[in-house]
Amino acid sequence: MPNEAPNFEERLDTLRKEAKHGDVVHGRGVDVAGGPIPRYPGYYGEAVVRPPVWTWEIPVYFFVGGAAGTAPLIALAALLVRQIELARGALWIAAAGAILSPVLLIMDLGRPAMFLNMLRVFKHRSPMSVGAWILSLFSSFAVPAWIVLEMYLHNAFAPSIGPLVLIFCGLLCAGAALFGLGLATYTGVLLGATAIPAWFLHRTLLPIHFGTAGLGCAAAILELLGFQIRPLFMIGMLAAIIETILWIWLEIDKHDAADRALHHGGSGWLIRGGEILTGPLPIIFRLTNLIPLAAISFLLGAFLSRFGWIAAGRVSGKDPEAVFASQK
Amino acid sequence: MIGEGVQSSNQRRHTFVADRVEVGFFTDPSVCIGCKACEVACKEWNDVPDDGYTWTGNSYDNTGHLGASTWRHVMFVEQDRPKGNQIVGASSLGDSLGNYDDDPFRWIFLSDVCKHCENAGCLEACPTGSIVRTEVGSVLVQNDVCNGCGYCVVSCPFGVVDRRPKPLPDHGGAFKCTFCYDRQKSGLTPACAKVCPTESIVFGRLDDLRARGRERVETLRASGYGDAQLYDPQETSVGGIHAFFLLLGEAEAYGLPPKPQVPTIYLKSSWTAALVAALGALVAVGLAFALF
Repeated sequence: MPNEAPNFEERLDTLRKEAKHGDVVHGRGVDVAGGPIPRYPGYYGEAVVRPPVWTWEIPVYFFVGGAAGTAPLIALAALLVRQIELARGALWIAAAGAILSPVLLIMDLGRPAMFLNMLRVFKHRSPMSVGAWILSLFSSFAVPAWIVLEMYLHNAFAPSIGPLVLIFCGLLCAGAALFGLGLATYTGVLLGATAIPAWFLHRTLLPIHFGTAGLGCAAAILELLGFQIRPLFMIGMLAAIIETILWIWLEIDKHDAADRALHHGGSGWLIRGGEILTGPLPIIFRLTNLIPLAAISFLLGAFLSRFGWIAAGRVSGKDPEAVFASQK
Repeated sequence: MIGEGVQSSNQRRHTFVADRVEVGFFTDPSVCIGCKACEVACKEWNDVPDDGYTWTGNSYDNTGHLGASTWRHVMFVEQDRPKGNQIVGASSLGDSLGNYDDDPFRWIFLSDVCKHCENAGCLEACPTGSIVRTEVGSVLVQNDVCNGCGYCVVSCPFGVVDRRPKPLPDHGGAFKCTFCYDRQKSGLTPACAKVCPTESIVFGRLDDLRARGRERVETLRASGYGDAQLYDPQETSVGGIHAFFLLLGEAEAYGLPPKPQVPTIYLKSSWTAALVAALGALVAVGLAFALF
């Protein structure tokens, strides 16, 4: 009808203004989420940096490398106080990790057959390069240390050279402990020195968290193997206390949008779950003398937390607002 | 310059590789027409595989972003702002009552590419030595050395390099713009610059291009483009980029980080924390066995 035409044109003008200023037009039969002019941060919400391409092998490697890397330190201490069986248990963990870790790393490569290219150069400014060398050197000490101790315990050496063999094993343990501590902590630097906001904003927390979780895991595995002794109890307790402090640190040191992947959504819950299971819960279990429960809780938490940090990196890397906020 | 014909630095033969001259790209959206010839030329010359066709619904951009199989990417930026002194969009028509409200609109095209950073995060991160700096100052991934560790992917502050997924050819390796190093060695110019019909992409000596970029910003500012600026982060740890851009408006709208940093600046604090953690573990285990 002609006399309704001006009203209708007015309605169209209103719709246009609504669409422009309100982003969403409300009307009968219209139910488009965010339409018709969705506004995204940055360039259509596209990622500014690239999220990690790593798959499940990497968080599992962080977990295995952490426990295996700190185990030779316990083995060395056990040798020094003449607890040979404890040293043997710790070296089993170290050797198993020394063999499993490269397998996991190679599986994650885009071109596994070319893994040896990692060792064609050494670049001190690349944590990936430093890490590849640390892992190689760790394995070259940990596996022989384990073999030498096993041979000693199976009486493969003449009794007269027994003490010498133990000293040699101790030296191998010291080498494995040195590179093992690097193995347990460099993974934090690996994540910290990247362009992913949730990671680089916590570049000092990450190596401490990974190192602490690694040591706590080594002690927890040994406790589950039956070595429920005071020194391991104290190590487990200390690791849980430090993890609790790190959790509080992470909660205080918030960067709003820049590191929201650590606090919100699935990745946030993985990290929080990991911190509860490695921090407060094992403390309670240890105080109530439920040592196996404390050990299981810590191991589970450390495992979850590694997945949480990788998941958070994936979320953070896809989030353009996180990148912009981190550069404000 | 347009009109120079075969004498344009985009067309004429050169000896930059032999002479070890630093070269660059200057990409200028104020003359880009969004034809995507650069994307096509790049894919064809470099034999970059087809990585699928996705409707993004984002203006006329169905490419999305740079990646392992996209080394040039023409962005289509829509903004409710005037482009220079142009009267565009609905405001030029007015509404039904003849009111000209403030409803400006502009459509900007920008051909994105690897920035070939002065301090390149990917190059620093690469553990195999696959990523190298060439004679002309560009950053090159050597496909036959890369084992696909993926560390360059998270180390690029611009999200350029990526690992090519299965089942594409050469999958598993990291890929990005090569600056047509193979063409440059033969005295040819990069494919994208050679085909650009408006010289929105200019290839040439880096110092020449930087001077040209500054001049272009001044020209544009004088003719009404108040928000024209160069994107060449020399004041951050990236230390400048060899493929730099002219931008209309802020960097964020182009998905470019406002203050990109090369991740190696985080190494010192992170390794210090690692050292503290390692020493702490040493002391803790020592004390636990000595005292208990």
